[in-house]
Amino acid sequence: MSEADYLNCSYTLRSWFFTTDHKRIAILFFASLTAFFFIGGAAATLIRIELATPQADLVSSDGYNRLFTMHGVIMVWFFLIPSIPNTLGNFIVPLMIGARDLAFPRLNLASWYLFMLGGCVTLFAIFAGGIDTGWTFYTPFSTLYSNSYVLVAVSGVFIVGFSSILTGLNFIVTIHRLRAPGLTWNRLPLFIWSLYATSVILVLATPVLAVTLVLLAAERLLGVGIFDPRIGGDPLLFQHLFWFYSHPAVYIMILPGMGVINELISCFSRKEVFGYKFVAWASLAIAALGFLVWGHHMFVSGQSLLASLVFSFMSFMVAVPSAIKVFNWTATLHKGSIRFDAPMLYALGFIGLFTVGGLTGLFLACLAYDVHATDTYFVVAHFHYIMVGGMVTAYFGGLHYWWPKITGRLYSEGWARAAAILIFFGFNLTFFPQFVLGAEGMPRRYHVYPPEFQVWNVLSSGGATILAAAYLLPLFYLGYSLFFGARAPANPWNAPGLEWQTTSPPPEFNFVTQPVVTRGPYQYSADFEPEPQNA
Amino acid sequence: MRHEWIPFWKAGLSPYGGDVDLLFMGLLLTSSLVLGLLFFLLTLFCIRYRAGNQVDRANHEAKSWHWEVGWTTASLVCFLLLFLWGASVFFEIYKTPQGELSVFVVAKQWMWKVQHGGGQSEINSLHIPVNRPVRLVMASQDVIHSFFIPALRLKHDVVPGRYQDIEIEANRPGRYHLFCAEYCGTDHSGMTGEIVVMEAPDYAAWLTQQQPRTPLAQEGGALFRELGCSGCHGIGSKIRAPLLEGLFGKPVPLADGSTVSADEKYIRDSILLPRSQIAAGYDPVMPSFEGKISEDQLLRLVAYIKSIAGRQP
Repeated sequence: MSEADYLNCSYTLRSWFFTTDHKRIAILFFASLTAFFFIGGAAATLIRIELATPQADLVSSDGYNRLFTMHGVIMVWFFLIPSIPNTLGNFIVPLMIGARDLAFPRLNLASWYLFMLGGCVTLFAIFAGGIDTGWTFYTPFSTLYSNSYVLVAVSGVFIVGFSSILTGLNFIVTIHRLRAPGLTWNRLPLFIWSLYATSVILVLATPVLAVTLVLLAAERLLGVGIFDPRIGGDPLLFQHLFWFYSHPAVYIMILPGMGVINELISCFSRKEVFGYKFVAWASLAIAALGFLVWGHHMFVSGQSLLASLVFSFMSFMVAVPSAIKVFNWTATLHKGSIRFDAPMLYALGFIGLFTVGGLTGLFLACLAYDVHATDTYFVVAHFHYIMVGGMVTAYFGGLHYWWPKITGRLYSEGWARAAAILIFFGFNLTFFPQFVLGAEGMPRRYHVYPPEFQVWNVLSSGGATILAAAYLLPLFYLGYSLFFGARAPANPWNAPGLEWQTTSPPPEFNFVTQPVVTRGPYQYSADFEPEPQNA
Repeated sequence: MRHEWIPFWKAGLSPYGGDVDLLFMGLLLTSSLVLGLLFFLLTLFCIRYRAGNQVDRANHEAKSWHWEVGWTTASLVCFLLLFLWGASVFFEIYKTPQGELSVFVVAKQWMWKVQHGGGQSEINSLHIPVNRPVRLVMASQDVIHSFFIPALRLKHDVVPGRYQDIEIEANRPGRYHLFCAEYCGTDHSGMTGEIVVMEAPDYAAWLTQQQPRTPLAQEGGALFRELGCSGCHGIGSKIRAPLLEGLFGKPVPLADGSTVSADEKYIRDSILLPRSQIAAGYDPVMPSFEGKISEDQLLRLVAYIKSIAGRQP
């Protein structure tokens, strides 16, 4: 029990803040992301309380606008985009491919410092007075009309973009160069495939965001006419540039989640993922097609009808690989030997919620219906189903699955299952009513609304209280397990992945001897009886 | 009346409203079927193949790619059909406006200002006659707004720096919500109003009741002289500038050899950015009025130039 691992090899602050160990950096990211998740969540809670009544009662209009902007900015750039890649990915990728570390350990640490710098700058903007542009920073509102801390917040986002690029670059190089002997591309776990696709988007799309934000700053600060028509700019240019990054960013958020789900479904049904190659290539297809659909955010903006037609078509096309994945996960269950441990409950929840999100995406890709539904609560519900119902659920699933490996402790299975079920029902109660609101025509970002919409808003706010409680639960039982949980064996799920072939928690350099791979990633023994293992 | 058995569903009241609703029903049905099938399979597999249940699990790896090709093709075909359906209705919604009745809408933080041709103006409401297409010419004074009438299943952004024209038509009298759907700052959620759809006689009565001051075009004529436009564009001017009588709606040959139609957008652009489209045979001498003239003044000038379309130059 007293073997040296990456956690107990040193306890100094220096050994944490100057570490180049991918596992410790993952923990740093995990702690910071958790803080940001609850800050963003607090904003969401205030929003839902305000919307329980049609009138303005809790906050002023300016306060409300700052709340939803803060919620969006924090959740998108400081939680969703880095969530799985920078925590689970950082920790698991080298272990999964049998490497000692990522290709550039110091770049990895730099990525965390950039993340924290960007985070602090953005938090400063929020607490100094806030920003009221919405997370989309639409011009000319953000450049010439908003009286809030736009430049500071934009700088924060600009900085955190470099953290994304560094992490993406690191993953690409690591996956290309540091795979264990025998680990060919077709033997890579699908989690690696999806992180690879994610990294490609991170590296290609994030610079466009940086350029866009610099142009925005140039107009706001120096009055250079780029987006404001009064000084010779074009407001729609901003939307094109912004969505050229931000739509692929949606796939940055969901692809890692899909990757986690492959591991979970396969492990808890004791079967190889059905259609391995199709699922792997679907990830790359999503990454590629994801770059060609940005205009579907602009069907009512006045862009040419032909452009809308093309973007609508491409949006339907990008739904195909997502559908392929859902069908393959379902087929994986067929003739499996299924157990319903907490990670599996999260995975099943993911499939349901992601499918609802994906199907309602078809409504929005459909030109004529989008004219009615865009900028209403229908859109809000749709992307929360993908990002929260999908991504956050997958994140929690992955966190539970790898928790014994990361911390060396076992959490309370009963509490974990309860939280998974509570999250599923709380989520649906929060966001399903918002589809109805959107179909009825309630616009998004409304501080006050006509009384006829109240019933559905009250249901949604009620669901949000359940969801908030459900998201707080893991904080307690996972926190408890850190100190009082039973010691985890090396391979509690009896899984074949390389990350399970080393001790829990892993030693500082991951493996005592270099692992060699001789088979595919999902060679499960037919029956699920975890052998008692003593590390 | 078609959908009123669903408690929260009110039918769309525009000529294409029924088509949008039908499309929605189609999408809803398709998604429900897919979702139903998926839940059925998930539940079935989860129960049947739960660990410890003694069932046949042999040959579970057979025939993988047949299934892949099958469901990929099925999704593809289904998505293509939905795409075509959605696109065909889309072109009905945004068809080129034909209505002979034109109304100007100016959006600004945080109100909708409506100018009828007869000089009647209203704020945060728009009166239109029932069953008659009305052409809206929309402009924004400041940031991007979005003109959204849920009851008509119609939405269009109002982007500053350009005119957008759309056609609206309602087939049942009543009062309906008008929302701003694009976030526009502090009082975004207060930028709401109503569309009042009236029977033709009521509409005519309403127009008279509003005691129009002067028709828009007449005010535009006064502005035309005040701002000095008539100094060059008037008959007998010393500076060689195109005469504007009889211009509106005609094709205009440009210096670069192309031709544009003299519509509201062209007139507006020519006032704000005179050098962007030079009429053939004239020198680019007109100063820009960018920043010197409000959307309210602009639309009056446009109305004036439109009103002299019938005169001979």
